[in-house]
Amino acid sequence: MKNADLVILGGGPAGLAAALAARQAGVQDILILERDAELGGILNQCIHNGFGLHTFKEELTGPEYAARFADKVKAQGIPYKLNTMVMDLSADKVVTAMNRTDGLFQVQAKAVVLAMGCRERPRGALNIPGTRPAGIFTAGTAQRLVNMEGYLPGRRVVILGSGDIGLIMARRMTLEGAKVLCVAELMPYSGGLKRNIVQCLNDFDIPLKLSHTVVDIEGKERVTGVTIAEVKNGKPVPGTEEHFACDTLLLSCGLLPENELSRTAGVALSPITGGPQVDESLQTSIPGVFAAGNVLHVHDLVDYVSEEASAAGTSAAAYILHGAAAAGRALPVVAQNGVRYTVPVTVHPQAAETLTLRMRVDNVYKGKALAVYAGETCLWRRKRPVMAPGEMETVVLKADALAKIPADAANLTVTLEEV
Amino acid sequence: MEQRELTCIGCPLGCPLTVTLENGAVQSVQGNTCPRGDAYARKEVTAPTRIVTSTVRVTGGTLPAVSVKTAGDIPKGKIFDCVRALKDIAVPAPVSIGQVIVPDIAGTGVAIVATKNIDKV
Repeated sequence: MKNADLVILGGGPAGLAAALAARQAGVQDILILERDAELGGILNQCIHNGFGLHTFKEELTGPEYAARFADKVKAQGIPYKLNTMVMDLSADKVVTAMNRTDGLFQVQAKAVVLAMGCRERPRGALNIPGTRPAGIFTAGTAQRLVNMEGYLPGRRVVILGSGDIGLIMARRMTLEGAKVLCVAELMPYSGGLKRNIVQCLNDFDIPLKLSHTVVDIEGKERVTGVTIAEVKNGKPVPGTEEHFACDTLLLSCGLLPENELSRTAGVALSPITGGPQVDESLQTSIPGVFAAGNVLHVHDLVDYVSEEASAAGTSAAAYILHGAAAAGRALPVVAQNGVRYTVPVTVHPQAAETLTLRMRVDNVYKGKALAVYAGETCLWRRKRPVMAPGEMETVVLKADALAKIPADAANLTVTLEEV
Repeated sequence: MEQRELTCIGCPLGCPLTVTLENGAVQSVQGNTCPRGDAYARKEVTAPTRIVTSTVRVTGGTLPAVSVKTAGDIPKGKIFDCVRALKDIAVPAPVSIGQVIVPDIAGTGVAIVATKNIDKV
């Protein structure tokens, strides 16, 4: 069995940023394992612009953003293996992987960063009635086919779900000559960014039908049509059905952190995010195993993935070089009253100079305040004109806020309250 | 007197904007909560522009297509002319980021540049 100080599972934006940060912190012996034929992960198929505004102060496309990190990894000589599938991660950090040149191989790591990203929710997880013809794709699959492999997967398209990838693909398919008939969204609000609704749907007169879903798919060999109906109280409303003749249905119905490897290793997962439960160093329930990016919780902006993964890489380096830190008292972080989850779920206030808490709300809220308490003591509070489930919120607790935590505080709570 | 309804893209608030125009000149912007909404509305009704991203064919490369973008904003009305002009273009590998694929796309004076490196097979 080979040995490595740090093995990073995934060579997308999270894996690359983690590797660079770990190298910066002094770890020489790093190995990135990537299942695709190139570094950069899903960014390679996200050819639209708007990436990197926070990190580089300019608007890049996905492949350009990926190349900035991949070029640095190559320049630093950080080893990586492409076309390599990780088969297993054990609780004692043995990584089992395979590829065509090395065959099956094992690496004993001192520390591991989980950076496997996420996966799209498929039709099988959506309970859509109807037949099972060809022509049903997740939006991301269609994106890869169009943008990387040069295929147009259909000519007349209905899109279910108004996540950002679905909106982006509505524009992309239209530009490539397809007719996008409508985007149906189950919820009364879109899960995508306003900018995408304006520039991907409104620019091309593509209707967005909120509180609507697909109630039937027709077609034997290939999709021939879908039926859409209005939804009230979680049920389709009889009499509101509308039929669309189409050859393709794209699904943009949410992303699921991809944690099969974490689960078999015994990493404790959050039932809400589907990602590992981590502390402020992004360490999972297994010491020396860290997580960052979409495998931890689904992000809206890659800039935040890079930032989070960089912190995970730094933490992994500290673990490798100095061993597990004496972290002191651990406080659970409780999300309540409209806050759906937080990352991290536990914090060690004595161990950190600043604490970054990332979270999402469970509905659209206007004119509320977001606040963090330790027991009865308010550590941080800000007014927010609007908060939506599609926009991640970030709270940074600095030293002055952390100094206010009472010695007997049982937990931190993150909550919404009236202004 | 003409009225145009827009949604502001400046932030998640997404203010519904009403722009009043007279002979193509903006008279007023209503519905915005901040100056960014006003500026966005004025530009959007008088001279809307977009960055366009697409792909062109690659011959002899590790992938059959390379992603491209307009090097700057082009008028919104030129989007379809732009993608139509890219339809029959093929570039030989290797292609590198920033490489000019078309010096002037659809008479806009804006170049089309590659946004991805594609190696030769």
